[in-house]
Amino acid sequence: MLPVLGFTLLGVTIVLIVLLFKFKVQLTLHTAGQIAYTPLMFILAVLALNYLLVGLEADRIYFLQQTVYGISLGSVYALIALGYTMVYGIVRLINFAHGEIYMLGAYAGFFAVTSMGLHFVLALIFAMAAAALAGVLVERIAYKPLRNAPRLAVLITAIGMSLLLQNVGQKVFGSIPRSFPRQFDGLYQIGGINLDQSRIIIFLITFLLMLALQYFVNYTKPGRAMRAVSQDRDAAQLMGINVERTISSTFAIGSMLAGAAGILVAIVFPQIRPTMGLMPGLKAFVAAVIGGIGIIPGAVIGGLLLGVSENLVTAYLSSSWRDAIAFGMLIVILLVKPSGILGRNVREKV
Amino acid sequence: MLKITDLHVHYGGIHALKGVSLSVEEGQIVSLIGANGAGKSTCLNTISSLVPASSGQIIFMENDITKSAPHSIVKSRLIQVPEGRKVFPQMSVAENLEMGAYVRTDKREVKADRERVLNMFPRLRERERQLAGTLSGGEQQMLAIARGIMAKPRILLLDEPSMGLAPILVQEIFSIIREINAQGTTILLVEQNAHMALSIANYGYVLETGRVVLEGPATELAANDEIRSAYLGA
Repeated sequence: MLPVLGFTLLGVTIVLIVLLFKFKVQLTLHTAGQIAYTPLMFILAVLALNYLLVGLEADRIYFLQQTVYGISLGSVYALIALGYTMVYGIVRLINFAHGEIYMLGAYAGFFAVTSMGLHFVLALIFAMAAAALAGVLVERIAYKPLRNAPRLAVLITAIGMSLLLQNVGQKVFGSIPRSFPRQFDGLYQIGGINLDQSRIIIFLITFLLMLALQYFVNYTKPGRAMRAVSQDRDAAQLMGINVERTISSTFAIGSMLAGAAGILVAIVFPQIRPTMGLMPGLKAFVAAVIGGIGIIPGAVIGGLLLGVSENLVTAYLSSSWRDAIAFGMLIVILLVKPSGILGRNVREKV
Repeated sequence: MLKITDLHVHYGGIHALKGVSLSVEEGQIVSLIGANGAGKSTCLNTISSLVPASSGQIIFMENDITKSAPHSIVKSRLIQVPEGRKVFPQMSVAENLEMGAYVRTDKREVKADRERVLNMFPRLRERERQLAGTLSGGEQQMLAIARGIMAKPRILLLDEPSMGLAPILVQEIFSIIREINAQGTTILLVEQNAHMALSIANYGYVLETGRVVLEGPATELAANDEIRSAYLGA
């Protein structure tokens, strides 16, 4: 009985995914499309796998537990990856300083909670605002003067900016890790799976932010301007769009999401340090490439896929394989479909 | 309405415009003709400020717009329909039209204009929900012009609207240009198809390697022997 249910659910998931691809009106390049759908689809797929596993009498609780952890890690990757992908869509730049914006978000949240004694929700908003400001400043100071420079020069600048922020962070915040005060202690059990409150909150906030982003990109004027600039910058200017302002708002929004990711991670892994942005930054970049760089829903799919794979590998193989699987996936996708899961082969504009 | 004096442009290491002067009077259709690479598109792009002028002056409605940002030029309702259509491929036809009205705040009138434009191009109405990138070349050209009209232009700069289109479509596009002009929009038209361009224009300029070599009322230019042999194939 249960395997049948499993297969049915799997079938439904596949049909949904096919439908999404069929209506790629929204899904393909540079649109927010069904960003918020993808996590739901993921849960459905996991449920399907669950019933299959039950049928096969495997240890499904353990599997599900690890997957749940994977999804919450993955949604953090997704939040960071969205910033990479949006910025790439607009200025064709991999903003390697993005991981540091995430770090700054975590610190902003830390000080908001400790020094200012703010409530978590306010701290979240503060962290997002601080990260947005930092992102816009980085763009103004480091990237804007290089607007017409070769892309390689800007890329190197981005790496330099990343190192600079890490080191300034160590100078200012100290290199000793700080521990983020515990925010949520709740623990629930659903069907034998442990769900801690903080992971539920990560998932919920990520989901809400993605819905907001979807609305913003598709239905607001600045969101439309963003898509227009990413599709054809000259034409966008001829519509009267202020390209510089659009670039700034893209950096602001991408950074905001990274800032949120920073504080969200800190409630589960409370150790924050100035170099914390390095690995998640790289992983989120990998996630963005896996999903298809420049494609907003791609970042979400890539992030979740990466988070879940990492956790399952840790659970079933060994934690030393964790990073290997992430970068292994990058190599495979670059070999098999360099434009990413949702990517199409677009011609490179000269 | 639009007056350009001694415009010089250096573009990618090339002295693309070498002192171009031209003027467009309100209500007219003015054609700028010339061979490939004569600097026609550069001229339009400099007016729209996509390409910076090295020297010279561009006056629109008594304002010097030579150094204005592209988006503020659009706000003064000087609108360009660029060469090669440049519609937003991943947006629907409807969204492309909305982008045309990006700087406008008079929502009710935008809606009315949208109807007017869709009546002008019934084929676009049929394809309203379709992605612009999936339209045929002719339809994309219509969309590009329609999008330009959505900005409620005082003057519309059209860059090679006939490029790559079948002769029957070229006829259609030109009669639409005439109609837009009849409804009160001034037009500066850049064309390689000199015959068509001169047939609807009041006045014409001939551009050759970055210089205006001839100008005059369109009918006179069309009758000029040099033009006939060089551009009209007669």
